[in-house]
Amino acid sequence: MSVVPERENAVMKDRLLSMIGTMVLIRRTENRLAKLFADGEIPGFIHLSIGQEAVAAGVMSALGPRDTITTTHRGHGHVVAKGIGLDRFFKEVMGRADGICAGRGGSMHVADMSIGVLGANGIVGAGIPIALGSALAQKIRKTNAIAAAFFGDGAQAEGVLHESLNLASLWRLPLLFVCENNGWSEFSRSSRQFAGTLEGLARAFGLNYSRVDGNDVEAVALEAGNAATNLRAGGKPHVLECLTVRVRGHFEGDPQKYRDPGELADLESNDPIARAAEKVRAFPEGEFELRVIEERVASRIEDAVRNAKEDQLPDFRHAIADVYTTRRGG
Amino acid sequence: MAEIRFGKAVNQALAECMEEDPSVILLGEDIGQAEGSFKVTRGLLEKFGPDRVLDTPISEAAIVGAAVGAAMSGLKPVVEIMFMDFITLAMDALVNQASKARFMFGGQCSIPIVVRTPHGGGLNAGPQHSQCLEAWLAHVPGLKVVCPSTPSDAYHLFKASVADPDPVIFVENKALYAVSGDLNPGETPHDIGRARTVRAGDDVTIVSYGAAVHTVLSASRTLESEGISAEVIDLRSLQPWDEEAVFDSVARTHRLVIVHEAVKSFGVGAEIAARVAEDAFDELDSPVVRVGAPFMPVPFGKSLEAQYIPAAAAVLAGVRKTIS
Repeated sequence: MSVVPERENAVMKDRLLSMIGTMVLIRRTENRLAKLFADGEIPGFIHLSIGQEAVAAGVMSALGPRDTITTTHRGHGHVVAKGIGLDRFFKEVMGRADGICAGRGGSMHVADMSIGVLGANGIVGAGIPIALGSALAQKIRKTNAIAAAFFGDGAQAEGVLHESLNLASLWRLPLLFVCENNGWSEFSRSSRQFAGTLEGLARAFGLNYSRVDGNDVEAVALEAGNAATNLRAGGKPHVLECLTVRVRGHFEGDPQKYRDPGELADLESNDPIARAAEKVRAFPEGEFELRVIEERVASRIEDAVRNAKEDQLPDFRHAIADVYTTRRGG
Repeated sequence: MAEIRFGKAVNQALAECMEEDPSVILLGEDIGQAEGSFKVTRGLLEKFGPDRVLDTPISEAAIVGAAVGAAMSGLKPVVEIMFMDFITLAMDALVNQASKARFMFGGQCSIPIVVRTPHGGGLNAGPQHSQCLEAWLAHVPGLKVVCPSTPSDAYHLFKASVADPDPVIFVENKALYAVSGDLNPGETPHDIGRARTVRAGDDVTIVSYGAAVHTVLSASRTLESEGISAEVIDLRSLQPWDEEAVFDSVARTHRLVIVHEAVKSFGVGAEIAARVAEDAFDELDSPVVRVGAPFMPVPFGKSLEAQYIPAAAAVLAGVRKTIS
C-alpha cells in the first residue's frame, strides 16, 4: 500500500465503505428478489442488475437528494442507491397496498418523487427525455440541481436518445447521460444492433464524453463526480459510458442459451463488490467493517421482506379512482 | 364584449396563463422567432423571453418526453405539435408516460402538461397534414382531450387546460383559426367535460365538436325551414365527455345524430352511440346515426378533399334518416 496521510486515508476508506454498503445493499436486495420471484411471491417479471452495482453506487455518490434520475427496466440498483426506503420498495415489487407506487407499477415502474427518482421505465430509452425535461426545469428554475438519465446499451439504437443528446447540447442542460454498457440488448449482442459508438454519438452532438470501467466503483465515482461538478458550473452535458457485465439473464428465468457459458464463468473475477472489498481489506479494520456492512444489510432486507409479506393487497377501488387528479372520464 | 379571432383567443389565453403563473413554459417547433405555423404564439417570445418560449428542433418524441420530465420537476409545459399528424411521433411520451405517471406511481405526481395541436382538413394539406386523430387519445386512460369550436370556448378551455393538473390534449381545428367570435374574458371559468347547447330544439339531437359544429348549425337552419327542430350540442370536451347533457337531450328529442370530421369508424361518434345504446336505448325512436369522414386517408386534391369532409348535406341526410 502506498504511503498516504492518515486523515486522507480515512476519508478514502469511508467513501469506499459507503459505496460498498450501497453495492451490497443492491446485491442482497436483488438476490432476495430472485428468491422471492422463484418462490412465486413476485407477480410479473423482474430484470436484475447483479454485477452492475458499481455504476449505481458510483454515480449516486456524485448526486444529492435534490438531483433527479430516470432509470430503466433494470433499475432496482439506481433506485436503491438513490435512497428509496426498502420497506416500500419491497412492498411495491411484491404488489402490495403500501408499495411506493401503491402496487400499481411494480419492478419496472418504481418511482420515489421525494428523493428525485422520476421513475424506472418499461420502454427502452423513454426515461432519457424525461430526465432531459427535468434538467430543463432545474436550469429554468435555477435550482443548481442536475438530472441523470440511466440507460443501457440497448437504448443506443433508439431515436429518442439521439434527439435528447441534440437537445441537451443545444440548450446546454445540466444532464448526465449514464450508459450502463453490458454488451447485451435484451437477447442480442449490442454490436449487432448499433453500428456506431456512444462516443461517436456524444462527440457528434458536441457533448463531453468519458468511458470508465463500470465495475470499478471508485473510477465510476471519480468520473461521475467530475462530470457533476462541471455540470453544476454550467458545463456541457456529459455522456458517461460505464463498461460492465450483466450476470443474470435479460429477465429472471431467462435460460440465456444465447450466451457462451465461458463468458458467464469469467464474471466472478470482475465482481465489482469483490474488487472494492479487496481494496478495503488493505485498510486497518477493513475486514471487520465489511462484515458489519453485510450483517446490517441482511437484517434490513429481512425486515423489509417480512413487512412486505404482512402488507395488504391493494384495493381496486383506490386504483381506479386515481387515474386522474381531477374529474375522471370513461 | 370584444370580437376576436379563434387563433388570437388562444394566443391571449396563452399570454395570460404565462403572466399568471411563472411555471408555465412553451415548447414547440417554430413557436418563438417564427411565432408558430399558424401564428398562435405570436409575440410571446418577445414578451416572455427565450427561457419560457423555447424553439425546439424537429424532435417530437423528445419534446413531449421532456415536457413530462419538466412537469415532474415543477413546471407546467405547454407543447405545440405543429400538425396533429405529427403527434404519432410523440405517442410514447403521451400514451406510456404522461397518461400513466400518476396512476403507475401511486398518485405521487400529476403531469400538468397541455399539448396544443391543430387537426382537420380544408387547406389541401394532404394525407399527413390534415388528420383528426383525437379518438386515439381519448381512448387512453389518463389523458383529457378537448376540442373547442368558438374563440370564446378556445380561450376559456385553454385556461382550464393549463389549470388542470392532468395531461390535456388541446385540439384546434385549422379551419377555425380565422373565424371570429365574441370573447368575454370575465366569464365564469369553464370546466373540462361540460358541453354547451348551442341551439335548442325538440325533434332531434345533433352532437358535434370542433369545426363540424358550424356545419351542423348550417344544416340545422335548413332543417328549421323544413319544420324540423334540431337541438345542437357542442361537446367541447371529448375526454371526459358530458354524458349528462347528451342523455338529457336525447330523453327529450328521442333521436340522435353524431357528427365529426374524423373518420366515422371507431371514432368519438361510435363511443357516444354505443353509450346511448347501452344506457338510453328505451329513449330512442330511431337508430342512432353517425356522420363522419369516409374510411380513407384525407385526399390532397381540392375536389377530392371537398367530397371527403362531411358537409351540411351529409348532416341533413343523417337527420332525415332518423326521422323518415
